[in-house]
Amino acid sequence: MTLLLQLLLTFSTLSLLAIGGANAVLPEMHRQLVEIHGWLDDATFSQLFALAQAAPGPNILAASVMGWRIAGPAGLAVATIGMLLPAAILAWFVAGLTQRLRGATWLKPAQFGLVPVAIGLIAASGVIMTEAAGSSWLAWGIVAASTIFVWRTGFSPLWVLAGGGALGLLLL
Amino acid sequence: MTADAATRRVGALDLFLAYLRIGLTGFGGVNAWARHHLVEEKGWLTEAEYAETLGMAQVLPGPNALNCAIGVGARFAGAAGAAAASIGLFAGPLALLAGIAALYDAYGQLPLVRAVLTGIAAAAAGMVLGTAIKMATRLRPTIPLLLVGLAALTLALLRVPLPFVVLGLAPFGLLAAWRALR
Repeated sequence: MTLLLQLLLTFSTLSLLAIGGANAVLPEMHRQLVEIHGWLDDATFSQLFALAQAAPGPNILAASVMGWRIAGPAGLAVATIGMLLPAAILAWFVAGLTQRLRGATWLKPAQFGLVPVAIGLIAASGVIMTEAAGSSWLAWGIVAASTIFVWRTGFSPLWVLAGGGALGLLLL
Repeated sequence: MTADAATRRVGALDLFLAYLRIGLTGFGGVNAWARHHLVEEKGWLTEAEYAETLGMAQVLPGPNALNCAIGVGARFAGAAGAAAASIGLFAGPLALLAGIAALYDAYGQLPLVRAVLTGIAAAAAGMVLGTAIKMATRLRPTIPLLLVGLAALTLALLRVPLPFVVLGLAPFGLLAAWRALR
């Protein structure tokens, strides 16, 4: 029970901090789940996040899969509720204010000012996932190739994930 | 006179079904699929209405797709609509992921499966890095905005807790954005 409560508390906090979505909150998720609580090891963390990316639906569901891994079906339920409910309640109240906020002059700078923070956090996620994905030359090669592919082309990232899986199967 | 969103009749069930489809087709993030479905296929929202909703969703914490679903649901059918849209968005993918998680528990430690997953994890790491670079280059940040982004990167890598990173950098981000937009 205490584990579930801890999970609920951890993910609810993450929920309200997740400006910029799943990728931006990943460093804090890694810090909490791997470094502070030791619920997951590095390899499991990066693999579960990758699975959530490869599956359809919002990437934030990585939290649900990690909850499952830590505490079974109840963990999945608690992680999902914790990750979604606080943010959903806030969004509900703001949806009511939308009409009044729409023309507000502070809105655009407010929106724009958090963008670089979110991008910086997403970049940090990439670095942490690279560290977690393994330390072979091949893993680094896949990271580099996939970075360039996603940066320079407009193809669906699913191709990258499938390619990475195939290379892993053949070479690792 | 074209009908605006307020006059279109969209009920909670319509919202649930639309978002169920969006959730299950939404490979690699949901927002692009949501726009396609709501604006182009259903015509429930105009391009500008969708952009406004997404913009608001991005300022708020939590998954953008969820905030968007709540905004769209509330607009058409109040609290019931917001609940229907969000449950629709998550029901399909969540069921699927529960299955994947069970398979991972059963087979995740097999050497072959581990090799494939390591490859996917490395590719996903590159995908996240590539996304960050792409977003940064599209933004064409001014020097102060760039410094705020680099500060966020550095602090996160130093394992500074996220509340301090977000709250500490927000004022500088706002200042930099205000100057850049002036």
